[in-house]
Amino acid sequence: MSALNTYILRIADDSLILGQRLSELCGHGPAIEEDIALTNVALDLIGQATSLYEYAAEIQNGGKTSDDLAFLRLEHQYLNTLLVEQPNGDFGMTIVRQWLFDTFRLPFYEALQQSKDAQIAGIAEKALKETRYHWRHSSEWVIRLGDGTEESHYRVQEALNFLYKYVDELFYMDDIDKEMIEKGIGVDLESLRPAFNERLKHVLEASTLSMPAYEWKLKGGRVGRHTEHLGHILTELQYMQRAYPNLQW
Amino acid sequence: MSTKDWPLWEVFIRSKQGLAHKHVGSLHAPDAEMAVENARDVYTRRNEGISIWVVESSQVFASDPSDSDAFFEPAQSKVYRHPTFYEVPEGIAHM
Repeated sequence: MSALNTYILRIADDSLILGQRLSELCGHGPAIEEDIALTNVALDLIGQATSLYEYAAEIQNGGKTSDDLAFLRLEHQYLNTLLVEQPNGDFGMTIVRQWLFDTFRLPFYEALQQSKDAQIAGIAEKALKETRYHWRHSSEWVIRLGDGTEESHYRVQEALNFLYKYVDELFYMDDIDKEMIEKGIGVDLESLRPAFNERLKHVLEASTLSMPAYEWKLKGGRVGRHTEHLGHILTELQYMQRAYPNLQW
Repeated sequence: MSTKDWPLWEVFIRSKQGLAHKHVGSLHAPDAEMAVENARDVYTRRNEGISIWVVESSQVFASDPSDSDAFFEPAQSKVYRHPTFYEVPEGIAHM
C-alpha cells in the first residue's frame, strides 16, 4: 500500500469510527435536541469517511471499493486513533471526546486545505465547514458542563482525566507523514500543536476545568494496535457485509 | 440528564433573503446560544434557512382565547376595510 493510501485511511478511519460511535446514540441521546445534534455530527463524519474511502479505493486501483475499505478490513488494518474508539460513556465522556477530536481536526483541516493533492484539499475544505460547527457545539457543551453544577463539573473533569492520555496520539507522525509532508500533500502535525493548545486552554478556562496532571500517553492506533473496544465496534459495523456479502442498499 | 429544567424556546427561521422570519416550532435548550444551535440541527438540516431567531416561550405574551369575541369579531362585519371597492384603471396589471 502506498504512503498516500495509508495517509488517507488514517484520516478516513478516524471519521468512520467516531461516526459509528456517535451513531450508537441515535435514539439514546440525553434529550431529543441533543440526539439530533449528535447524529448530525455522526452523519457528517461518515460522509467525510465516504469521500476519503472512495478516493483511497480509486488510487489503490486493485478492484477494491470504498465499501471494502469501510467494512471488510480486519481490526489491525484500521488506522484510527485510540481516542475515537473509546466508548460513549456518559454524556460528559461523549462530549469531551468530541471536543478533543474537534479541537484537533479544526487546525488539521485548515492546513490540509493547502494540500497539493487537489482531491484531498477539496475534501478538507468541505469537512472544515462541518468541523467548525462540531467544534462550536462540543466546546459550548464543555463550557456549560464544566461551569455547570458540581455533578456536571465532576463528570467532565473525570472524562478529561480519562481521555487525555489519548490526545498525544492525534499528533502521531512517522515515515508516512514525512513522505506526505515532503510531497506537499500532508500536514506537519507538530506545527498544529500551538493552535490546538491555545484552543484547549481557552475552553478549559471558560469551563473552570483543569488540565490533567499526568504525563502518561497511549498510542498504537495509527499502526493498527487498538484498544479492546475497536473489535466490538467492528462486529456491529461489519455485521451486514459479513452476513450478506456484497449486500447493496 | 433531564430536560425538565431546560426552558422552552420558540424558533423562527428566515428561509431566504428578503423574507420575514417565520415561526417553525419550538424546542428545549439550556440557554439562548444552545437554542440557536439546537434549532440549526432540528429545523435547518434540509437547507430550510439562512437565519434563526429564538425567543424564550415564557417571554411570549399572547392574546387570551376568551377575548376573541371582543378582539376579532368586530372586524368581521367591516368588509370595507379591504381595498376591494376601487375600480382598477385599465393597463394596471398586478393589483
